[in-house]
Amino acid sequence: MLTGNLLWVLVGTMLLGIAAGITGTFSFLQKQSLVGDAAAHAALPGIALAFLVTGQKELPILMLGAGITSALSVYCIQWIVSFSKMKADAAIGLVLTVFFGIGVVFLTVVNRSPLGNQSGLNNFIFGKAATMTKADLMWLFISATIIILVSLLLYKEWKLLIFDPVYAKGIGLPIEALKATLTILIVMTIVTGIQAVGVILMSALLIIPAASAKLWTNKLSSMLVLSAAIGGISGITGTFISSIRTGLSTGPIIVLVAAAIFFISYFISPAGQINKYRRKMQFRKQGELG
Amino acid sequence: MIEFWVVFTGVLVGVTCGIAGVFLILRRMSMIADAISHTVLFGIVMAYIITQTLNGFWMLVGAAFAGILTAYLVQLLHSSGIQEDAAIGVVFTSLFAAGVLLITLFAGNVHLDVEHVLMGEIAFVPWDRWTWLSITMPKAVWMLLFVLMINIGFLLLFFKEMKLTTFDPVYAASIGIPVIFLHYGFMTTISFTTVAAFDSVGAILVVAMLIGPAATSYLISKTIKQMFMYSMLFGALASVMGYYLAKLWDTSIAGMMATTVGLIFVITLVGQKIVERRRKSLVSKLEAM
Repeated sequence: MLTGNLLWVLVGTMLLGIAAGITGTFSFLQKQSLVGDAAAHAALPGIALAFLVTGQKELPILMLGAGITSALSVYCIQWIVSFSKMKADAAIGLVLTVFFGIGVVFLTVVNRSPLGNQSGLNNFIFGKAATMTKADLMWLFISATIIILVSLLLYKEWKLLIFDPVYAKGIGLPIEALKATLTILIVMTIVTGIQAVGVILMSALLIIPAASAKLWTNKLSSMLVLSAAIGGISGITGTFISSIRTGLSTGPIIVLVAAAIFFISYFISPAGQINKYRRKMQFRKQGELG
Repeated sequence: MIEFWVVFTGVLVGVTCGIAGVFLILRRMSMIADAISHTVLFGIVMAYIITQTLNGFWMLVGAAFAGILTAYLVQLLHSSGIQEDAAIGVVFTSLFAAGVLLITLFAGNVHLDVEHVLMGEIAFVPWDRWTWLSITMPKAVWMLLFVLMINIGFLLLFFKEMKLTTFDPVYAASIGIPVIFLHYGFMTTISFTTVAAFDSVGAILVVAMLIGPAATSYLISKTIKQMFMYSMLFGALASVMGYYLAKLWDTSIAGMMATTVGLIFVITLVGQKIVERRRKSLVSKLEAM
């Protein structure tokens, strides 16, 4: 059952889930979950363009292209919000769809190009975790490890940046540089994950584990651990379920596992609905007694 | 004649989305529309699985259901203390994943492939015709006209109420305007719009049409009526320009339309900045005198 390649893919998706859980927590706390969604969609034109320019399907090149357009989209959103009267939600939505549209245009150009078929590129929309090769996985391992290490290294600084930016500035922390590294790391997570779960579902891995972890705890450190764990478990379980039957695509199942964990947390966690209901009943009873 | 139908469909998409987008921008609900555009996939697939047909009517029903469900779930999570962007993110990605999975499981072989739903194919629109009252038009045109009528009807009926709930929801609620009913009604029209447009521009790129023209007109409009006019105009313009640019370079029409939406936005923004700067320098010159 557990063949060699499957084992590697399992470890890969687990690492991806952990990395996304960690960076997702930071973007969640900065209220930038949907910016991550936009950045994920904006990776598409970068991938197609990198292929058009270099004519190669080498993963590092495609990932570099994806990273550049993703980061550009985040920059565009910030620019629109600060230089026009448009609100953040409209800016995010506009940038998201326009970048995705440009990506689709480039994909059709790739389709017609004599450089060969685009079958490898289409995978980037939905991911292809199950059929990743050793070389693909190698990149996933390396970048996931970098993401995890850098977040651990900058933990204290980011914590301050998120909860007390004024104080952070006061003690001389390089706020802009820290923000930029956080953005770069989020973009890197997205680019890493696109191979496995695709452009569209990547944002789910950034948002859902963090949102679930928030229901269990209010402490940043435990939230990070929980979010990473939920991401990792979703990655492993989803990959495993999709390997049972052919034709089940891995990306959607990973997301659905994460969603299931979220909804369970939504009901039974300390901040969840059942607890809330119980407390309400208790209050009412006390009221009647008094 | 074929080209006419394609361009006409594009203009209809632009106008329909242009109308629907204005209140989206003003009510700051762009991302809920984005969420709905992903989750209608789930609704369409469910409608297909239950009825086993690709009938437009049932697709509308499924989409309306998915749209209301999305809006309801986002509201539910948000009101129980989950921050709004995360609530939107959780709901639409899970329903979208469910939709993709259901398609690969149950509807792999029909016309309902994921790529078609997401990216659309306006060039195929003229071939799928439908006759009613002895008028033969492409099915997509029928759908779009129908949804355009619904959008206009909703606006004519509730324009005042929508305006009031948008700008002063507390006052609106206090004088007895059904705020919640309007919210879900509006979300339903957004779902309808998404489905009607998905044949031509696809479910994801329809958001470009919903948000882009309205956002562009928001930059330059002074009244809400102006905003509607500009929004429809920009929508139609983006469609037509997108179509001909795509034809010129032989690329994806829907993708090109979204690109044009972005282009129009950038041009308008830059133009507006230039006008603003000129006005400012004029004012400072006058003050110096």
